[in-house]
Order: sequence, then C-alpha cells, then structure tokens
Amino acid sequence: MATTLDKVEVVTVGVGWTGGIIAAELAKQGVQVVGLERGKARSTEDFQHIHDEYRYAIRYELMQDLSRETITFRNHRDERALPMRQLGSFLLGEGLGGAGVHWNGQTYRFLPYDLQIKTMTEEKYGKNKLGEDYILQDWGISYEELEPYFYKFEQTAGISGEDNKNSAPRENDYPTPPMKETPITKRFKDAAKNLKLSPYHMPSGNLSENYENPDGQTINQCQYCGFCERFGCEYGAKSSPNVTVIPTAEKTGKFELRTHANVTEVIYEGGKATGVKYIDLQTGEEFIQPADIVVLTSYVMNNVRLLLNSGIGRPYDPESRTGVIGKNYCYQILPGATGFFEEEKFNTYMGAGSLGASVDDYNGDNFDHSNLDFIHGGVIAITQTGKRPINNNTAPNDTPNWGKEFKSQSIKYYHRNLAVGVQGASIPHRNNYLSLDPEYEDIFGYPLLRLTYDYTEQDRNLHNYLTEKSAEIMKEMGASRVEPREISDHYSIVPYQTTHNTGGVIMGGDPETSAVNNYSQMWDVENLFVVGASAFAHNGGYNPTGTVGALAYRAAEGILKYREESGQLVKIVNDRKHA
Amino acid sequence: MTEKKTSKMSRRRFIKNSSYAAGGAIGGGFLGTVLSKNLFGNNNENQGQKQGATNNESTNYNQALMYFTRQSDFEILSSATERIFPEDDNGPGAVKLGVPFFIDHQLAGSYGRNDREYMRGPFYPASDFQGYQTRLKRHEVFDVGIQAIERESKNQFDTSFVDLEGEQQDQILQKFQDGEVDLKGVTPTTFFELLRSATIEGAYSDPLYGGNNNMEGWMMKEFPGNYMSYINEIDKKDFIKKEPKALRAHIAH
Repeated sequence: MATTLDKVEVVTVGVGWTGGIIAAELAKQGVQVVGLERGKARSTEDFQHIHDEYRYAIRYELMQDLSRETITFRNHRDERALPMRQLGSFLLGEGLGGAGVHWNGQTYRFLPYDLQIKTMTEEKYGKNKLGEDYILQDWGISYEELEPYFYKFEQTAGISGEDNKNSAPRENDYPTPPMKETPITKRFKDAAKNLKLSPYHMPSGNLSENYENPDGQTINQCQYCGFCERFGCEYGAKSSPNVTVIPTAEKTGKFELRTHANVTEVIYEGGKATGVKYIDLQTGEEFIQPADIVVLTSYVMNNVRLLLNSGIGRPYDPESRTGVIGKNYCYQILPGATGFFEEEKFNTYMGAGSLGASVDDYNGDNFDHSNLDFIHGGVIAITQTGKRPINNNTAPNDTPNWGKEFKSQSIKYYHRNLAVGVQGASIPHRNNYLSLDPEYEDIFGYPLLRLTYDYTEQDRNLHNYLTEKSAEIMKEMGASRVEPREISDHYSIVPYQTTHNTGGVIMGGDPETSAVNNYSQMWDVENLFVVGASAFAHNGGYNPTGTVGALAYRAAEGILKYREESGQLVKIVNDRKHA
Repeated sequence: MTEKKTSKMSRRRFIKNSSYAAGGAIGGGFLGTVLSKNLFGNNNENQGQKQGATNNESTNYNQALMYFTRQSDFEILSSATERIFPEDDNGPGAVKLGVPFFIDHQLAGSYGRNDREYMRGPFYPASDFQGYQTRLKRHEVFDVGIQAIERESKNQFDTSFVDLEGEQQDQILQKFQDGEVDLKGVTPTTFFELLRSATIEGAYSDPLYGGNNNMEGWMMKEFPGNYMSYINEIDKKDFIKKEPKALRAHIAH
C-alpha cells in the first residue's frame, strides 16, 4: 500500500535543467516545490576524480541504470521492438542535475524559422515540398515572444558567445565574452571566410571568465582540461543545474529535494493531475505525493512514458494519424567530414565541451531550398572538446579496426585529424514515434517505452548536402585527405550518435495536433505541465539545450500565472486553417 | 616440422619483447614471471629474463586472476589481445600493457556481469540495428568465445591458438569478426567486438584499472592523461608534448 503524503503546491518529476529552473523560479516567488529525482545527489565535490575516460565515457557512470528501465527499439512498425540492453546511440542521464551535468554546453537558440516552420516553408515553397508523410507544425509561439526567455536562460547559465548575422536575432549581448581562439577554431574560421561564409565562436556553457548570475550563483572560468561531455566539471566551470538553479531553489527554503524517488505514475482524477506515485529506491516503499500542480521535467523519453503509463492524453496512432502523445519523435542528422593532416599536429587533447567555431549559412532557411529536395539544414561547426584515447582512434577509412595497421595508423593520426560536423535538423515523419511496448517491462512491471525510428528521404538528402558543404570547408582548411561522413542504411541503436532526442509531447496552437500549449501546459489537463525537448515540434539544426532552457523559463512563468488565473493559459488557435 | 619452426619463431619474437620490458618498464615483473611461463612454457630460454625481472622489479600482486579459472583460457585471451593491439615500433602491445589482466579484472566485476544493463527476457534474434540481444552476460560471452577460438584453431591448424604463427591467429580472429564461426548463445561478431573494444580500453584507460602499464599506452599516443588545466596552452600553435599523469596523482597523501 502506498503511503499518501501531505499535499504540496508543486511537484516536479526529475531535477535537471528543466526541473531546476521550475523549482528556482517558483520557490523564489514563495511557492512550495518538491523535486523528485530518482538518481542520487551530486555536486562539484563528486567530480574531483572525474578525469577517467574509462569510468565515465566508456562505462557511463553518470548515465541511467538500464537494469531497472530502458526503452525498446525497432526501425519499422512491422518489426518486433527489442530492448536497448546497453547504452549506445544516445546516453540517458540519471541523478541530480540530469544530463545538465554531463553535457558539453553548446548553447544555441533555435531560429525564428524553427518556431514557424510550417507557415514559412509553405509560404516560400508551397504546401507539398516534402510530401504528406512528413508532419510539419508551427510551435504555437513566435521567436519574438520567446526571445526574452532565451536570454533568461543564457543569463542563468552565463553563456559565453558572440552575435552572428545568420543566427537568431538578439536583444542583448551574451552575458560573457566568447571562449579563447585556438589554432583549430581560427583555421576553421579562415577557411569559412575564404568560402564567403560567416563564422562565429560557438556559444558556450563552459565559461570564458568567472561569472555571477542574476540569482547570485557563481560559475567559474573554464580551464580547457578536455573532460566535458560525459563528465561533470571539477571546477564548477561548466554551467549546470547543480551550480545554478538547484542551489538557487534550495536557498529559498521553499524547495525540498527528494533523491532516489522514482516516479511511476501521474495520478489522474476528474480531468486533473492530483499528484504522483513514486517508489523510494532505497527502501522500496511506495508513496503518493499529492500536489496542486504536477510538472514533468524528466528526459524526453520519460516525459512521454509517464503520460502513456498514466493513461493521460491521447496516444498517437501512425495508422489513423490521430492522437498526440508520442507523436513527432525526432533525432538529429549528423553530416560532416574528417580531415587528415600529414604534416601537422594539433593540441587536440586539450579543449572544452563547447570550444568551437560555427557557421549558420546552411541552417534553417538561411539558404534557398527551391531547387533542393529537402528543407532546413544545420549548424556546421568544428569543436575542440578534448580527444581522449579510448574513444578516438580515427584513421583513414581503408584502415582495419584492429591489428598492426590499426595501431600504427590510429596512433599516427591521433593528433593529425580534425572533423567538421553538423547538427542537422530532424523533420517529423508519421512513422517515427514513441509508444508503449506490448511485451517488455521495467523492474516495477510498467511497460517500457518503444521507439520506432528510421531515417527518411529528407534526412538522407539533408545529410548529403551538408556533408558536401562540410567537406568543402575541411578541404579549404588544408587537410591532406578529406573523408565525407556516410549515413547508414538504417538508423542503428548501437553506435553513439547524439543525445538530442526530441518530441512526443509537442507544443503547438491546436489541441488536435499538439499536446501542450506554449507554456508547456497540457491541453487536456490544465494543472499538468510537461517541460523539455519533448515539447519540440521538430528538432532544429542546433544543440537543443538553449531552447529547452527558454521553454522552461516560459513554463515557470505559466505555472505562476496558472496559480493566479487557473484554466487554459492560451487560447486555441486551430492551425488546420493553414492546411 | 613446419609448425614447430613457426612456434620457435614466435618464441624468439617474444623474448625480444620481454627484454624490452625487463630493460626498465614496469611490465618486467609481469612478463618475466607470468607470461613467458604461461604462454610458452617454463623453458630455459626465458629463465634469464625471469630472474632479471624478479630481481629488479617489485612484484605487482594485482596481476593475478580474478575471473578466469583456467590459465590456458587466459593465455588464449592474451594471445588474441596481442594480435588486436600488437607490439610495434610505436611501443608495447596489449600483453605488455597488462590488457589481459585488465580484461580478467573487468570480467569479474560489474562489466562482466552486465550489472547496469537490461538483461530481462525474452530474448529474440535481432536485426543488425538493434544491438546486444544475448542472454549471456559478458563474462559468459568471453568463456564461449575463447573456447571457440581454441576449437577453430585446432580444427583449422591442428594446433593450439597460442602456438600459432601470428598471421594464422589473425585468420582465426578474422573469422569471428566476419561472423563465420558457430557460437552458442551469442554471435561471433558480438564476441569479437567485445574482445576488440575491451583490448583498446585496456590499452588506454587510466593505469588504475591494470592496463596501460606505466602509462605506456598514453605515451605512444602522446596523450598526457590527467592534467587539470590547459588554459595557458590552449591557444599555442605548436604541438605540446607533456609527461603523462594518472589519476593516482589526485589521491591526497
């Protein structure tokens, strides 16, 4: 029997960037918030022995324990989905701070085009640019409306960067100046300029200088030690929830953090969410935490799964193309090119997660697609994130992956290769979606989430075009040999690609086609907010965290508003009139 | 006989390797006392090295078996890892780097037991895109795979894997990578990929795990390991070679 606890005003499920932002913003206004986090507490003190590639980057110490829960995967609807038994393609986080602990810190804003992608694409290219199997939708909010929230997140995180004419327009400068220029970033910028592109320094959550944010939290200057992605920062120099919003929430005295609290269901009665059910993983006890407002702030996968397992919202059905929960799952397409330099060695073992340089000339609708067989594009960038030796054994394509030649070539080129890569936009397709698995369960007996996903024609065309552009830049950088990346026959769950999963509880202006409004408030359940990249109606051509942060600040404002006004915060706009 | 001859050749090559180790690297104790005996028998040719090593190096008590129960299995593993990551002009191969002990120790712990992975059934054959789908845990995959290496070796060459010439060992291993061997409960490619990746992990992980002996894996790659800051060097044009440091430096004394 579950023990029912005293009711609280707000409960969040998960305490990472989104949960931390909600907690900080609400607690600062005197609202009582309980944060339920299934992992353990952790802070900068836990990261003093972090320079251990094997433990953190290979055995994934900071990531989700899949023995309790994973997802199942298949490429197509007519296949049997099988469990993702080991982490691979993406790395689900677990523990206080979530993936905000082990991210790289590359912090962009999605483009105005992203937020109104359907309207703008149709205006320029007509209604059937991609065909009817693709599901383009506006996000139910304009860039101008979202701009202040982007800035709010950048201020909290202290983002280091510089403006660029092709990026989303800014009302304010970045809070801190860009990171250092290195021979690698300079080389990329010079080549890009030669090709008449407009390069800029990558906006970074590893800070260029010591910084105090508006909440009084200090983020330290990055030391360029080369251990960011998959690691926590031993300096508190990588912006994370743990050094910003979580301590901000805690110092109000209104926020209570409960770790090892694994939420299994949202309690749904009479059209409202009345609380959540969770299991204390240390004792096995089951609790019900009643709340006025429930906020789902876990990762994309679990936001979707909790709704489906709680019977909330209408599950998406790809056959009839009805329902919304699980719809528009997107990933990211990763074009690029590797350059081998026979005569030069670079200090690639040094770096920081978001030390890099970028161009947006081939992102969004910054270039004409009239004669192209795809829409959108992506940011093309070079990064110097710190190459570590187990994971970096790049050698020319014709090299075997073991034996004498492998060893000598991978050693030879270790400091002699650079890569230009793209965060390619991912456009929703009717057959790419999330649902409950009919067969596999977690340790508590709840169905696992099932991912059905494969690359589309749009993805392949985008990949090929941007790979060509990446190879041009790499060639201009003076590589002795340039190897373009290839896209595999089907998406595979095995090799690491990116942890930029999006969709499933998407935002929009119409409850028929979206699950939440632009405050991340559910259309069907007014006191339930679902925050994060699960709200992305498609995935843009950037790393998602800047946009996730903006949506979280917008959601926090919505929750405060809802406490005063109740009811739906946004009037329904039926976007089918555009159809 | 041809086979004896090749076997002697590999012995000679091995002796060359062990003198490298005894000449100063920390791996000398390991090579002299354990490997030369295990891989090639306790023969006279190795005695000198063995004594030299024992005299000059303190014994590394960490280099003993945590997982494998038969030394012969461990020797097959050792030979296979050496083919995947061989000694060459750059420096030591898997054996001198301690990779076989690294793998043995990993198999005894959470890696070998798949502690943090979803191992609930049912198990079905997978497409090439669905990943690891065996009910066997990693330690069991290694058991099955190593036995199959020996079986294939005897079938094809009528000789134990550890006594084959290097190129012959490569032929056997290639069959596993290409999926041309019948294994029970796991595909040969899954086993080979585990073996291959574990070998590289052992060569380059922090020496605290028992591989990357004396940081020689890092030295070959000019990876400096664990430095706390490059803020004053990140913008320098020339390549900067640094003495490697391991995590041991972080333990307060």
